[in-house]
Parts: sequence; C-alpha cells; structure tokens
Amino acid sequence: MDENAIVTKDLTKRFKDLVAVDHVNINVKKGEIFGLLGPNGAGKTTMIRMLCTLTYPTEGTATVGGYDIVKEDGKVRELIGLVSEKMIMYDRLTAYENLKLFGKLYNIPKATLDERINHLLKLVHMEKWTKSQIGTFSTGMKQRINVIRALLNVPEILYLDEPTLGLDPQSTSEIREFIKKLNEENDTTIILTTHQMLEADMLCDRVGIIDKGKIVALDTPANLKRMVAGGNVTSVDVNVTNLTPEMTAALKDMRNSISVVQEGESHLLIRASGDDAFDDIVDTIRQRNGKIASIKSLEPSLEDVFLHITGKEMRAEVTKKVKTYDGGHGPGSRPARRGR
Amino acid sequence: MGIVDVLRHSFWISWKDLVDLWRNRMALVMLILMPLFMMVMVGYIFPNESTLEGSPIGLANNDDGPLGAAFAQQLSLVAEQTGMMELTDRDGFDDIKEGILEGELFGGVIIPQDFSANVLSNGTQGTIELITDQSNPQMSLTLEGVLAQVIDNLGTQNATLMVKLGLNVSLEDAFTIVKPYAVESRGLVPGNPSYFDFIAPGIMAMTVMMSVMTGLPHAISYEKEFGTLDGMMVAPINRMAIVLGKTLAQTAMGLIQGLLVLALAILIFGVTIQGNFLLVLLLLILGVFSFVGLGIVITSFAKDEQTASMVLMTLMFPMMFLSGVFFPIQQMPVFMQYIAWSLPLTYATSALRKVMVLGADIPSIGTEIIILLVFGVVLLAIAVPLFKRAMKM
Repeated sequence: MDENAIVTKDLTKRFKDLVAVDHVNINVKKGEIFGLLGPNGAGKTTMIRMLCTLTYPTEGTATVGGYDIVKEDGKVRELIGLVSEKMIMYDRLTAYENLKLFGKLYNIPKATLDERINHLLKLVHMEKWTKSQIGTFSTGMKQRINVIRALLNVPEILYLDEPTLGLDPQSTSEIREFIKKLNEENDTTIILTTHQMLEADMLCDRVGIIDKGKIVALDTPANLKRMVAGGNVTSVDVNVTNLTPEMTAALKDMRNSISVVQEGESHLLIRASGDDAFDDIVDTIRQRNGKIASIKSLEPSLEDVFLHITGKEMRAEVTKKVKTYDGGHGPGSRPARRGR
Repeated sequence: MGIVDVLRHSFWISWKDLVDLWRNRMALVMLILMPLFMMVMVGYIFPNESTLEGSPIGLANNDDGPLGAAFAQQLSLVAEQTGMMELTDRDGFDDIKEGILEGELFGGVIIPQDFSANVLSNGTQGTIELITDQSNPQMSLTLEGVLAQVIDNLGTQNATLMVKLGLNVSLEDAFTIVKPYAVESRGLVPGNPSYFDFIAPGIMAMTVMMSVMTGLPHAISYEKEFGTLDGMMVAPINRMAIVLGKTLAQTAMGLIQGLLVLALAILIFGVTIQGNFLLVLLLLILGVFSFVGLGIVITSFAKDEQTASMVLMTLMFPMMFLSGVFFPIQQMPVFMQYIAWSLPLTYATSALRKVMVLGADIPSIGTEIIILLVFGVVLLAIAVPLFKRAMKM
C-alpha cells in the first residue's frame, strides 16, 4: 500500500499570462493534516481545484488516492470531499434537503444516508435546525452544514479551502476542533488551505508555504519555526507593573539574553536562548522585586516563517504575535477573493 | 456509470431547482405573470374590426343635392346600427385635418360639392373622399376597408333599387343583376379562426422554448458564480446529468407557462384545439429538445451570468419575430424567409399551428417532427463536448 494520499509531479496551472501554480511537487501522507499556507492569490485555491478534478493542470500531473486526477477523475471524485471557499449550499433548501441532495449524487442508499445525515448533524450540534432553510442560518451555522456536506460520502481525503474564513470566533474554534477530531477518529487525510498562520500552526502536521504558485518551504510547523529562530529560543512579552531601568539592564545582561525591547511603560519584549530561558527571565525580575502582572509567550509564529522565507509580510498589518484562540476575522475584514 | 444513474442524478438536480423555485415566491409570481402579460399584450395590441367601436369620424357634406344628404343619412344609419363609428359634422378637409391632428378624429368622409350633380346630370360617378391618418397606417387601413365596404354597399343598394324600378323585377333578381358574383371562403375546419387561433400556438412554442433557452444558461452560470456548481462537479456523477437535470427543471417551468398560455387562450380568447392535446404536449417537448443544445452552447461560452444574458437577448429577438409566431413567414422578403427556415422555432410553431388550428395528426407534421429532431441531435452533438470542455477550464 502506498502511504501517500496525494502525490503531485510538476503540477502547474497557467491562466493566460499568469502562472497560478508553478511546478509543485508535494507528497501528502495518508492520515495527515497538510496545510497550504499563503497570502491571497498565492495559488492555494487553484491547487485545491486541480486536486479536486475541478480544473485540469496545464502541465504536470498528480495522483489522489493513487488515481490520476485527469485520466481517472471519476475514481478520484469518489474518494474526496470538498469544502470550498464559497459555500456549496442552496439557501431555499432546508439543511436536511441540502444534505439529501448531495447524498443522492453519491448514490448512498436511503437508510444509510438518513442515518449518516442525522449522525453528522448531531456531531456539529445542528440537529435542531434540520428542517430550517439554510438561508435563515448565520454564517457559522451554514459553514457547519457545509462542512458535514463534504463528509456525506465518508471521504478518504478532505479538502478544506479557507474553512474558517469570515466566521465568528466561536464557530471558528468549533470548526477547528471538528477538523482535528475528524482527522484523529476517522484517519481522514485533510488538505487545508489558509492564510492564517495560527490556524495552520494549530491544526497541521505539516505545512507547505506557497507564494506566487511555488512551494517555498515545507515542514512541520515546529521545524519551520525553528528554522527562523535558529535554535531553542524563548520569546516573551512581560508586563512588570513597577518596571525600572535597572531591571531592563539586568535582563539585557543575562547570560542567555538575545534581545530586550521596552514597549510602553511596563512591557518588555524579551528573547532568550536555552532551556532555562523562561526561568532565568522570571528569576531576574523577581530578584529585583519586580511585580509580574502577566507573561505571554511570543513563540515565533508561522508569520515570522513566511516573512523570513519570502522577505515580505503576509498581511499589511502584522500585529503582536500573541498566541490566542481568537484567530477568526470579522466579516468586515474579509479579504478580497480571487474569482477562480 | 449507467444511464440509470444519469437519470437518477438529473432527477435530484431538477428536484432541487423546482423546490428552490417553489419557495421563491417572487420568481413563482413572475413565472405565472410572464405568459399572462404576453398573451394579453399580443391579444390586444393588434387592431381588428372590433377595435373600431365608436371610432370618431368626421363627416363633411358639401353637396347641395339630394344624393349627398341621402348618403349622409345612410352612413349615419350604418354607424348607429353597427356602433363602429361616431359621426360628427365637419366643414371640409381642413376641418377634418385639424380634428385628426388634435386627436379628436380617426379619419373623415367628405361628400364633395358636385356629388349629386355628377350622378344625376353629368353622367359621371359620384366620388366620396376618405381622409385617413397616415401616421397610423394600421388604423387607416382598417378604417378604409370598413368605409369602402359601407360605401360600396350603399352604392349597391341604390343600383338594386334602380334596376328593380327600371326593369320591374323582384328585389332578388335586381340584386343578382347588380352583383352577379359572390365569394364564400371555406376553411379546412369549421368555424372562423381568429388572429388568436393563429398566434396562440406560436406563443406557446415560443414561451416553452425561450424558457429553456434562457433558463438553462442562467441557471448554470448562476450556480457557477455562486460556487454551488462545484458541489455537483466534485461528485462522481456524469457531467451531462447536471445539464439534463437543469433542462428537466426548465422544461417543467416552460411547460407550466406554455399551458398557462393555452388556458388563457382558450378561456379568454376563445381559442380551440382541433387536434390531439397530447400531440400538442409532445410537440412542445420536442421543441425544447431541439433548443437545448443551443442553450448549452451559450452556457459553455458565457463566462458569467451577465454575458449569458446578453448573448441570449441578442439571439432571442430575431427568433421571436422571424419564426412566424406573430407574422406569417410567407409575408417576409425572400432572404428573411431563408433565415426563418433555419430556426427551429419556425418548425415548432408551424407544426403546433397545424395541430391546434387544423387538427393535423402525426403523418401530416412528419416533416416538422423530423427537422426538429435533427436540430436537436446536431445541436447536442456540438454542445456536449463544448460543455464538457468549458466546465474544466
């Protein structure tokens, strides 16, 4: 048995004078969550569309579950599920009707289909809304139905194209947990595209960073981050209520200190190397009677990786790389979509 | 992937489209209103003799003699009896012209000064002048016809009387001498088909076929733009099941509209179906079949909904007017007739008309049926590969 779910060979897609995907060679292992990370327009969606048999490659090829995406597209379609950027739902149909329609397209017998629909609806806590029209749902509710729609045929390989785009924080975290659970319990191979570093970091076993159609880096999130930091580095944001210049100086003098930057009256951004770095920082402050109000870990994020590799920032506005669970974007900050 | 699967999948896709339509109240209302407007519009837009009810006509009697007065009196009598005209007294040409320009009159009749003198003593014909409004040719034509007939009848009456008196024969004999020949037209079926009988089959064919031709590209490009088409495309179904499903849904909508047209035509305009109703249905479905390919071709070429709509508009208008729906093709210049004969709608209209008006059966519309089938097969043969390719771009 081949242990790769997806293998691409010089996969390329051109649109007139634009090369959307440029000779991509990746292997996605069975049962892993593989992240495709890149800014808008990097070629993530085109990549997914090719691997879903929705568009032909201009050059190169790929196999999905061992089947060729061009020659054996019918076989590929039976193995895959797709949650695309645009929701695949009909507003005037109820949740149940939407699921039934797509189930019927997969020739699932009626009894099995009903059972599966009920089971999936329960999994995303939507069983109460079975008979309501999708059009009356919030974006978060819609996306839950949209995600389970892709699971009706129990796909071996699931594509998730920006699955949390435009969702509220609660729905975002629920969808993320659902993805994780799905991967752990069913061993479903998941290809996830996102432009959010945090999401890739949280969910993915391996991440491919894509920029201008090319895979510029591919590794586990931890390795990618290590690549930037260049070893065992701790970064923290410490809030010391009675911060003194003396304390700052002492921290700078610490044997493993890399950099200390003061931000505002009481905040210090500290980077230090070694296994004891965290303890050393705390000790140094406490020894000088510093009152620590909070410490936030500032791990080098995948954003740093992207910046490091491509030499540019992913978003115009890179805020503090604080690790929180609020990675969702409000509807107002929805980025412009590419119409492909 | 068997044909059964294709049919099953297309059934579910059309089920989805019809449920969607059923819950879209606005679209549903429009679906019903469209044929209603269409029928009422074409039903009342063209003038016929009943339009001439109470048409204001100016009458100027400039003759001093007895005949002018007698003629004027007879004309008033006709106007009163038929209710077609409302006569008003006018001074002459200028007065009538002014009346027409101001919209008070539709036309005028002038009895010239020497009318009596010409007939009685000069031995020449008495001439009645008809004043028509050239800016309204349809109306003028109808008016002219009616007035000419009235004047002719008046002349015949006078002549008959004179012959009766002169030869001392009965009124019937005198009439036969004056008007020896009569014309009686006899149609293929009993009764007197009206313009509605002529136009209803065409409008039915047009409604159904247009519904599919416009509906199909719209329905597919709409789903393409919204991304929902991907959901079907990513499923292991034959691509043609998508087209077939959409076509089934559009055909159902088109047939509903077509039958509404028929119901209106029968209930309001007194149209009758001489032939078999099932044959009418069959022809409508055949018409759709002949058109589907064209719809798919447009879908394949149009990148988005807007383009599709524009292409459709451009194609629809010539088809509407050149397919003999409103005007008989034989009236058109020869080169236009060639265009007409290359449109499937022409054959569908012609066959439907034969069945509905003349009560034709299958053998007598065999040619039309074969041509429609050929149109369907050829267009589909072009459309299917195009569509498959377009969906993969």
